[in-house]
Amino acid sequence: MSIQVDHVTKRFGTFTVLNDVSLHVEEGELVALLGPSGCGKTTLLRILAGLERPDQGRIFLQGTEVTDQRISERRVGFVFQHYALFRHMTVADNVAFGLTVLPRTQRPSETRIQEKVRELLGLVQLQAMADRYPSQLSGGQRQRVALARALAVEPKLLLLDEPFGALDAKVRKELRRWLRRLHDELHITGILVTHDQEEALEVADRVVVMHQGNIEQIGTPDEVYENPANPFVYRFLGDVNVFHGRVSEEQIEQERSEGRSGGTSERAGEREVTFVRPHDLELSRSRTNDDQVEATVRTVLTAGSRVRVELMSQISGQAIEVELTKERYRELAVGEGEVVFVHPRHRRVFKMPPP
Amino acid sequence: MKPIRVTADTDLQWKDSLTTESSLVRRLLIAAAFFYLTLFLFIPLAAVFAEAFKGGMAAYVGSFLNEDALAAIRLTLLVAFVAVPLNAVFGVAAAWAIAKFDFVGKQILVTLIDMPLAVSPVISGLIYVLLFGAQGWLGPWLAEHDIKIIFALPGIVLATIFVTVPFVARELIPLMQSQGRDEEEAAITLGASGWQMFTRVTLPNIKWSLLYGVILCNARAMGEFGAVSVVSGHIRGLTNTMPLHVEILYNEYNAVSAFAVASLLTLLAIVTLAAKAVVERKMLSPIIVADPVLPVQAGSSR
Repeated sequence: MSIQVDHVTKRFGTFTVLNDVSLHVEEGELVALLGPSGCGKTTLLRILAGLERPDQGRIFLQGTEVTDQRISERRVGFVFQHYALFRHMTVADNVAFGLTVLPRTQRPSETRIQEKVRELLGLVQLQAMADRYPSQLSGGQRQRVALARALAVEPKLLLLDEPFGALDAKVRKELRRWLRRLHDELHITGILVTHDQEEALEVADRVVVMHQGNIEQIGTPDEVYENPANPFVYRFLGDVNVFHGRVSEEQIEQERSEGRSGGTSERAGEREVTFVRPHDLELSRSRTNDDQVEATVRTVLTAGSRVRVELMSQISGQAIEVELTKERYRELAVGEGEVVFVHPRHRRVFKMPPP
Repeated sequence: MKPIRVTADTDLQWKDSLTTESSLVRRLLIAAAFFYLTLFLFIPLAAVFAEAFKGGMAAYVGSFLNEDALAAIRLTLLVAFVAVPLNAVFGVAAAWAIAKFDFVGKQILVTLIDMPLAVSPVISGLIYVLLFGAQGWLGPWLAEHDIKIIFALPGIVLATIFVTVPFVARELIPLMQSQGRDEEEAAITLGASGWQMFTRVTLPNIKWSLLYGVILCNARAMGEFGAVSVVSGHIRGLTNTMPLHVEILYNEYNAVSAFAVASLLTLLAIVTLAAKAVVERKMLSPIIVADPVLPVQAGSSR
């Protein structure tokens, strides 16, 4: 089911949670709403489900306006962060719930319901747990039950509110791969709310980065990671080194002579911020070009798949984080206290409005 | 292995001696508690039954087998029969509103529910006399229409309801607050109607606390003296509840009968306590675990 969010605004008291947000999601897509807590992503999800009503704007599902439609008419499946399983029912009864509350005329027969429950528990690989109570399951198992329960009513749209947020790192990783496979099998339109950028980039077809009630950027994981639209997105999607500076006369002169920009001297004095990812910084033991910054090695962390080196710039005293492959680190063989030269392979400069 | 275990044991003892008092202090505290309970609970309780059976079994039974005593018992049961279900329904509704929704005046409602506990029962009774009594605000209108509230059954029921309002609601509010709205929202997103959500999700989750509240509410409804005393008028065989009947008998120096009826109320208290203990245990283990298998790690089942 395709989704159209049309200029939606939501306020709680005087606080604007969503500020004129518009979004389109294609049928069959899995989209992640990504942002820090309080950015409005969960509110947007709850508005789509019908658990909240927008103050302004409209919601369309499959081209039909549903802004004022009741939850039960929307046919959406909702998966809660803390599972929200019915604690007094067995796993099987939990999964069957959506079918047993159907009006008598639409309700499948008892045997058909049982069959369906078995099928769904098979899908989430929990057949053996059918007679257990939620309190007897691990967090990961509970969330899979919650997913099976949401799928039982054959929703055309699946909404997941930080579904793996309460799980430990390893289970979280397993479950999100499993979710992606499940999505590829079922082709249900899905919206996943998360504050974990790694999760969003790995699972989703498209990522919607949100901040303070606004959408900052929409794009494929590659697009938002490689081409962040603004400093916020840059910072939010992974570690980054930030260098503050002002545009100097010489810089403009040089750019002009190299034909890189037609900038005028009006730009002089403008603030600019340079963003460089730790793995986009190159280290060398001797000066090879003018662009390099001289820095002292403060700490080296070798645990993990990559080596992280923390430097201190000798000019500004600023801390710089560099990520190296193990091979490169062995080649360089730098130790704490030694002096190295840093330069960015790839950087992104954002002009900032004068303060 | 052995040396390690010894170390662990001594560690434990060392920790014990840090966190608990010496055995002398412990024994003194326990003895003090027992002395206090014996003096103020067990002796009076024993005295009630001793006095009740002073005249022998026949006199004991005879205390109940007269018109006035039977009427008092019937009235008490009737009052509880009306007041307890009403307060159960009100308590669930109020707790639901307070725990699951935000609205203006929520704090005022919470305070109002607690009020009957803070106000002296005699005052609670007087409120109704002031409202419905012959000289009260609505008195003349009621007299005109020949409706009797004060010194009649409606007044007794009203006073009892007022006094027992907090019991169910106060039991449910903290529980429902801690359970949150998640399960109800899940039920709604799965297509349940409001009524289905209530009967299939909300009610099963609160049933033991509700029962607990009802038990306390019932005990208070049957035992209430002050408020009922003010509105009842003490008409024998008509508006006397059991506690009032006990007082009248006692004032007439009919000690055996007074204590006999009192022993019935005492039995009610004991039954209440027993029921409360059973329900409390159910509340602590909301789910009866059929086979206590340890949770399997997620993912290991694939």
